[in-house]
Amino acid sequence: MEFDFTDEQTAVRAMVREFAQNRIAPQAEQWDMDHHFPVDIVTEMGELGLFGITADEEWGGAGADFTSLCIAIEELGRVDQSMAITLEAGVGLGINPIHEFGSDEQKQQWLPDLVAGRTLAGFGLTEPDAGSDAGATATRAELDGDEWVINGSKAFITNSGATNTSLVTITARTGPDEISTIIVPSGTEGFIVEPAYRKMGWHASDTHGLTFVDARVPKENLLGERGRGFHQFLSTLDDGRIAIAALAVGVLQACLDESLAYAKERTSFGKPIGSYQAIAFKIADLQMMTEAARLLVYRAAWLKDTGKQFKQEAAIAKLYATESAVSATREATQIFGGYGFMDETLVARHYRDAKILEIGEGTSEVQRLVISRGLGLPIR
Amino acid sequence: MNIAVCVKQIPDPATPYELDAENHWVIRPNDQVLDDTDRVGVEVGLQLAEATEGTVTLFSMSPSGSLQGIRQALAMGADKAVLIDDESLKGSDALTTARILSAAVKREGYDLVITGTESTDGFTGVVPQMMSEILDVPCLSFARNVEAGDGTVTIERQTTTGYETVTSALPAVLAVTAGAEEPRYPTFKGIMQAKSKPVDTTTAAELGVDPVSSQTITAVDPVAARAAGDVVEDDGEAYLKIVELLEQVKVI
Repeated sequence: MEFDFTDEQTAVRAMVREFAQNRIAPQAEQWDMDHHFPVDIVTEMGELGLFGITADEEWGGAGADFTSLCIAIEELGRVDQSMAITLEAGVGLGINPIHEFGSDEQKQQWLPDLVAGRTLAGFGLTEPDAGSDAGATATRAELDGDEWVINGSKAFITNSGATNTSLVTITARTGPDEISTIIVPSGTEGFIVEPAYRKMGWHASDTHGLTFVDARVPKENLLGERGRGFHQFLSTLDDGRIAIAALAVGVLQACLDESLAYAKERTSFGKPIGSYQAIAFKIADLQMMTEAARLLVYRAAWLKDTGKQFKQEAAIAKLYATESAVSATREATQIFGGYGFMDETLVARHYRDAKILEIGEGTSEVQRLVISRGLGLPIR
Repeated sequence: MNIAVCVKQIPDPATPYELDAENHWVIRPNDQVLDDTDRVGVEVGLQLAEATEGTVTLFSMSPSGSLQGIRQALAMGADKAVLIDDESLKGSDALTTARILSAAVKREGYDLVITGTESTDGFTGVVPQMMSEILDVPCLSFARNVEAGDGTVTIERQTTTGYETVTSALPAVLAVTAGAEEPRYPTFKGIMQAKSKPVDTTTAAELGVDPVSSQTITAVDPVAARAAGDVVEDDGEAYLKIVELLEQVKVI
């Protein structure tokens, strides 16, 4: 057994932590208030190489392990979930499908800018009437000569409409029982990016609905094999589960750090509130949840890095870490009392932000379904 | 330009230091970090190297342990490192440190030696001057806005009242101020490359230096608690008193 991170992984943590503290933490509250997506900071994250951690060196990446990416996402998640999800989605949903399934031409065209963080890509899977039930995808793509003609709409798509978004990859029905994945460049005629959503949390992340009205793209924009769309996004989502869980670990750590500091400094009835069991035991539970979630996440990441099966472990990590994060933000807010309900308190922002962790990239219910099936239960 | 940057690994300043009860030396944990001041030196070195297509070599007199701090500087972009790792150098005074570092940079060859102004754990603030004396080259201290010329280097030397512009022929020793440049973050690629960059290890004997410390720490006392400040009661003319006080400490 070996529980230590490598020297490089430790260095990555130190680098991202410092960047997050210096460049993100001081501005995150303002972005949250203004619903502002900070393209300049995303560009800086790109310059540090964060979007290229796992990409092949051929495309400008570092070819490093998935664990390092999880560490970066965890550290960003501590100070700002919006920037953490921007990185998570940028790599997991933007870069990975092209990196995994793209042709050489597609890779050459899109990856260098995406890997360097100069541009972003969104992944359009969810539709207004097809979320967990992705098989109900209604967006259609029909071949007309040398072009796909796309009609339909997508919902809640991260990194899909910023000024630095260069493309979205979407799933579309290309036959009665056939779902395929197609690259739609930004600016394609008939590809309409709806105004940014008003969300309960993640105010500084870029999320849009997308509408396609006779949007035409070249036949060559098909990603991988025709009819393999279902398989492609399922494999994409397995990785994403671990990465979202890593984000949740960052949230847990923030709740622990903030609550611990506050419990020592805030007094009530003449004593620090940390001297009362009601508060101290909550904080003990916060540490327990943080450590348990972290172990699940990095074990799942390690399984993936060492080429072992990780589907079950990824689902367990996602389910436990995100549900713990939601509990932890609720408890941390309680520890802060009235101040915890104020927008300027970090835990208040984390409380609003955390709920989506139980929904995005596979709801808690889907995770339980995956786990139940993995156990061999005859569940539908 | 062949640039030597002297760096120091120190215990993480975020954690309280402990002193050895017998010899009063700082107890050094296995994991030490790069002194923040030295990140400025590395940054200045990298900028000069970029401007002159030069190289940056790190020199550190460091007790054995993890190379976390050195790797940090390599991840920023330094090319290689020379580590003087020698048990006999534990608890060295400033002069021994200067002799060791001077011997090492001399052996490797250099056009410019860059140091911080003083370390964040020892604070002697005399190593750069001692090195310049030992190497018999000019010393440019309290430097900011460093620029390379043709066989020269020009700096702004901070003084209590402003700055002087100083140009020196190379080779030279240059001590940068803490705010001289904003140090860059190591990039992810830099971190990955750092592990394969060469780190040569040498000893005092190999450098021909006899590590005799001329200094003994006889006693250590805790810093006196901060005294209460002066209170100026405002009788309508308090501003005159405040101006006088500020003039006394030469702020205005």
